[in-house]
Amino acid sequence: MSEFIYLYRSTNEASRAAMGSPEQIQKSMQTWMAWMQQLADKGHIKNAGHPLERTGKLVKGKQRTITDGPYAESKDIIGGYTLIEARDLGEAVELSKGCPILEGGGVVEVRPVLKTGM
Amino acid sequence: MTELHEHLFRREAGRLVATLTRIFGVEHLALAEDVVQDAFCRALEVWPFRGVPDNPSAWLMATAKHRALDVLRRERTARTFAPELGRLLESDEPLPTEDAIRDDQLRMMFSCCHPRLSEAAQVALMLHILCGFSVDEVAGAFVSTHAGVEKRLARAKKVLAESQRLFEITDAADFAARLPAVHRALYLLFNEGYHGASPESAVRGELCREAQRLTGLLLEHPVAATPATYALAALMCLHAARLPARLDGAGHLSVFADQDRSRWDNHLMAEGQRLLELSASGPLLTEYHVEAAIAAVHGSARRVEDTNWAQIVTLYDTLLALRPSPVVALNRAIAVAQRDGPARGLEEIVAIADRERLDAYPFYHAALGELELRRGRGETARGHFGAALTLARNPMERQFLERRMEACDAGGSTRTRSQSAPL
Repeated sequence: MSEFIYLYRSTNEASRAAMGSPEQIQKSMQTWMAWMQQLADKGHIKNAGHPLERTGKLVKGKQRTITDGPYAESKDIIGGYTLIEARDLGEAVELSKGCPILEGGGVVEVRPVLKTGM
Repeated sequence: MTELHEHLFRREAGRLVATLTRIFGVEHLALAEDVVQDAFCRALEVWPFRGVPDNPSAWLMATAKHRALDVLRRERTARTFAPELGRLLESDEPLPTEDAIRDDQLRMMFSCCHPRLSEAAQVALMLHILCGFSVDEVAGAFVSTHAGVEKRLARAKKVLAESQRLFEITDAADFAARLPAVHRALYLLFNEGYHGASPESAVRGELCREAQRLTGLLLEHPVAATPATYALAALMCLHAARLPARLDGAGHLSVFADQDRSRWDNHLMAEGQRLLELSASGPLLTEYHVEAAIAAVHGSARRVEDTNWAQIVTLYDTLLALRPSPVVALNRAIAVAQRDGPARGLEEIVAIADRERLDAYPFYHAALGELELRRGRGETARGHFGAALTLARNPMERQFLERRMEACDAGGSTRTRSQSAPL
């Protein structure tokens, strides 16, 4: 088994759209929990990971320039990550296709964790 | 991991906004709504990773209060109420008890029924604030436009904010004076779900459920649990018991007389009977008592031909005296037709005062159609169903009326001995 990180990316607009009304939030929540549960039941979740604030600072270059981040303009922002176990990149990608963030036009970035000591 | 309760966010929206508005003051309703929305967003970000907390209500309340503090810190100068409010929010006062939250919801419910608001605005406001319906969902429920509902709600909230304070439920005289308006709004909310024009059937069931939930809050409060409240609750239960049979197996609206009574909800029917008995504890007879009694007579007949129509006609006479209206008179005429035959029913319809006010009501034309069809005048009946069809408000009604027109074409031979349209 290999390890992968899912990075959940979406724009502020897309994430707001998932929260239109209490009932929509309910639906979004249900699909998220069901998807996470399904991955967990099949033993694919190494670590459920963390949600991230959608704000923060960017510290850049030798000058240590500090700007409001994560991005100056509204782009895909990483809203959280999960550590996944899968046979290979193909399986990790296949599993990511159920992620509810995709329904709202978001992105799942699937990145293999670099294997060390080999 | 805790399960996600069905409609959790919709229910919590009303509870949280009601409680926070009590803390912030009614003029800061918008702040309460904002921080509740923020708390929900936070839940959507966190719970998928962490699971649903053991006590979701407490989690959301704590998060909303925290968020309110953030807003206040940022706008400290802009908000004169900040110091006092900050103290309120920062204190480690225990979370409000269920009784306190119920009272907060009652305060909000009574505040929504402000006399300066139209009944339609009162109902929309309740649905929005206490039931967590978005503008679009309210628009869907009332077959109205997004812009129209938005405007109506904005105006209603302005009236609410200008009322200075939330309705005080501890003043017994004020309470008793406002209670009929609250009953009326809940009645309209339920009716919108039961008979309403919304094309989406799912929405309608939810409206009935919400009206029943809010009426249940009244029943839990010693002063609000009056005979009229019991009668209203009984009426809702007895009608809700019949909801499962309103659509037939194919998803078509089913004529009342054709409904498969085995699909009625016996538990709700019994609960309705129990509430109706509890409602009979005072000298006051309200329209809700009479309507519940009519529903109970229907409910006690296992087959439509066992219905005690004479009793129903008498009850409609009483209802007509309490609340004169052409629609009530139409229902009475239909009951007369069941008792004495279609010709008598048609005479009663012709005799309805203000009959022209029924012209825009599709069930009026459908009722004429049914009665004409039953006395063998298929062609005339067809015309009436055609008139009803042009007024039909959703695909289900249209489909229903088209099938009734087909029945007319079939020479009036129909298994339906129905009264009017689906009641």
